[in-house]
Amino acid sequence: MALFKMPSLGADMEAGTLVEWLVGEGETVRRGDIIAVVETQKGAIEIEVFKNGTVSQLLLQPGETVPVGTPMAEIDGGAAGEPAPAAPAPERAARLSAKPAEPERPVATAPPPPRAKAGERVPASPAARRLAAEKGVNLAALKGSGPGGAIVSADVLAAEQPAKLGAAPSRRGLDMDEMRKAIAAAMARSKREIPHYYLQHSIDLEAATTWLAEANAERTPPERLLMAALFVKATALALKQYPEFNGHFVDGRMERSESVHLGVAVAIRGGGLIAPAIHDADTLDVGSLMAALKDVTARMRAGRVRSSELTDPTATFSSLGDRGVEGLWGVIYPPQVALVGFGKVLSRPAVINDQVVPRPQVQVSLSGDHRANDGHRGALLLNAIDKLLQSPEAL
Amino acid sequence: MTEITTTYREAVRGAIREAMQKDERVFLMGEDVGRYGGCYAVSMGLLEEFGEDRIRDTPLSESAFTGAGIGAAMGGMRPIVEVMTVNFSLLALDQIMNTAATFRHMSGGQFNVPVVIRMATGAGKQLAAQHSHSLEGWFAHIPGIRVVAPATLEDARGMLWTALEDPDPVLIFENALLYNRQGTLAADAGPVDLDRAAVRREGDQVTLVTYGGSLFKALDAAEALAGDGISAEVIDLRTLRPLDDATIIASVRKTRRAVIVDEGWRSGSLAAEISARIMEQAFWELDAPVCRVCSAEVPIPYPKHLEDAAIPQVPGIVQAARATLGK
Repeated sequence: MALFKMPSLGADMEAGTLVEWLVGEGETVRRGDIIAVVETQKGAIEIEVFKNGTVSQLLLQPGETVPVGTPMAEIDGGAAGEPAPAAPAPERAARLSAKPAEPERPVATAPPPPRAKAGERVPASPAARRLAAEKGVNLAALKGSGPGGAIVSADVLAAEQPAKLGAAPSRRGLDMDEMRKAIAAAMARSKREIPHYYLQHSIDLEAATTWLAEANAERTPPERLLMAALFVKATALALKQYPEFNGHFVDGRMERSESVHLGVAVAIRGGGLIAPAIHDADTLDVGSLMAALKDVTARMRAGRVRSSELTDPTATFSSLGDRGVEGLWGVIYPPQVALVGFGKVLSRPAVINDQVVPRPQVQVSLSGDHRANDGHRGALLLNAIDKLLQSPEAL
Repeated sequence: MTEITTTYREAVRGAIREAMQKDERVFLMGEDVGRYGGCYAVSMGLLEEFGEDRIRDTPLSESAFTGAGIGAAMGGMRPIVEVMTVNFSLLALDQIMNTAATFRHMSGGQFNVPVVIRMATGAGKQLAAQHSHSLEGWFAHIPGIRVVAPATLEDARGMLWTALEDPDPVLIFENALLYNRQGTLAADAGPVDLDRAAVRREGDQVTLVTYGGSLFKALDAAEALAGDGISAEVIDLRTLRPLDDATIIASVRKTRRAVIVDEGWRSGSLAAEISARIMEQAFWELDAPVCRVCSAEVPIPYPKHLEDAAIPQVPGIVQAARATLGK
């Protein structure tokens, strides 16, 4: 038996509310099936199952809000079911209570409180408790960043959930207020924790523009490619080449990712943005990438996001060229460690063979997390993107 | 405004000189303050300037000359009594506590005792276990006296006159490591208040509360913490009795974390008192237990490395501050 648990759909998510089950008890599910819809700050998210098997029991009712990691359903069968977590061993509790009082010892610094086990009091600072009480935040749903993992006031503020989340979720789709809060929390955390550095490079797009015009001449309008597809592909290939930019910074160290799941920033009408993952972007041809870009853009704007798309991005791609700006300096989405930003493609004077000639060019920027990577390699990454865009036919 | 380069020692001497010039009731007495110029050379040259009536060498009896100072103060003079180190002041504790601190109370307000008692305190000069302790926290326990600890040149220069103006006894603790400390001081530096603690560095993640010789260690620690991206606020208590709770609590309300750095022994220390006040007045503002960095509970050792290990140092302060942030 395996447990289907409330997934974490981003660094800032602490709890979610079940909107509806898309399966019933006794139904067979396959890995990748969407079986539930969960309301989060980012809106209603379609949740995929990661096991094959049969749904033996649904443990949550629609409308219930539970912390990340809470079992939602039991799934029987399937070969690769992850073992259910061991229940807290009763003898451990007995041992703890039977333990003699610790001898007195001088303490140089405050002893860190132990992490709470199930059923124990959550370690939280007085300030966090007062704030949580004022704001109606459930401390049990939070992860602490204080001494010994204790919840401190900043954790409560970062995770502040309005009381209305406890009320029955109204609809599927995007809640703009909630999205704003989620963006605020993630971006504030980024600027608080991530020492950003920025690099900028100008790329000549003569070859890419020529190739794109030729390729599109042979394609029907729905199949036509946008320059963005080339940018995404070149960025994904370059990230594969420089793995210290591709992955997550977790618990004080960089965890590199074998796969390149490029988060593509999509602006939402009415404000806000989502950067869902295009999975294995380095392996898709540009035609498939173009299709994937269209698909995620349409679905994001309709408020239909899949859970894996939110949690999987290993780096972010952002392009504001359509909005007419020449460049951007992005804020990294934690726990990622890099963001590559493209500006508008402009015809600019360039010096080619000692002649000043107009050439299409684009400003590309890298926002790097200096804990995980350095400017030297960042420069090589931007140069790799440049080099890749000089041979668009190979992308 | 013109500034002069000076030392803590010269600032204290300047304060004594100015007081002697401004008020003929002021005189200095203590062991070796005259011909020898003071054990820490604070009163060097003052005997020649003011004469034996006003710069008075005393016998080696702290009880006798402190008592004489108290009597002179009650009789209308404004004595400055210098006790060589706080360890020796214990011989005068009876006079300080049973007489100076109580006389206004016991006389029903008829007599006050405007005496100022200066003494050196603190470790770091390899003067071993009878000359190196920090007992100012004990004196800060006594109602009826004011206890101050100038750390900066401004306070070394400015606290004495304000203390002499106080109608009640004031004890001034000068950390012996500070005497050689050099810096700039406004040429017209004058009296300062004895009521408020001072924020010596602003920060918003952790408050380092300290005083006297540990101030500069706390400031160095704050600088090191800034290198790690941790913003520490440093509070110089200045006055150890009565404590300026408002400044401490306002800072802790902002930072939600406090580390108290006190060269006294941990048990029953001034740090313990401040910690308790934070618990009493700001418990619900705290994001971490209050931390203390105090001296090891041993007689201060003579060997340099052991002496250094016995008292608060920058790495220990940094570590404690990081611990309050869970880092």
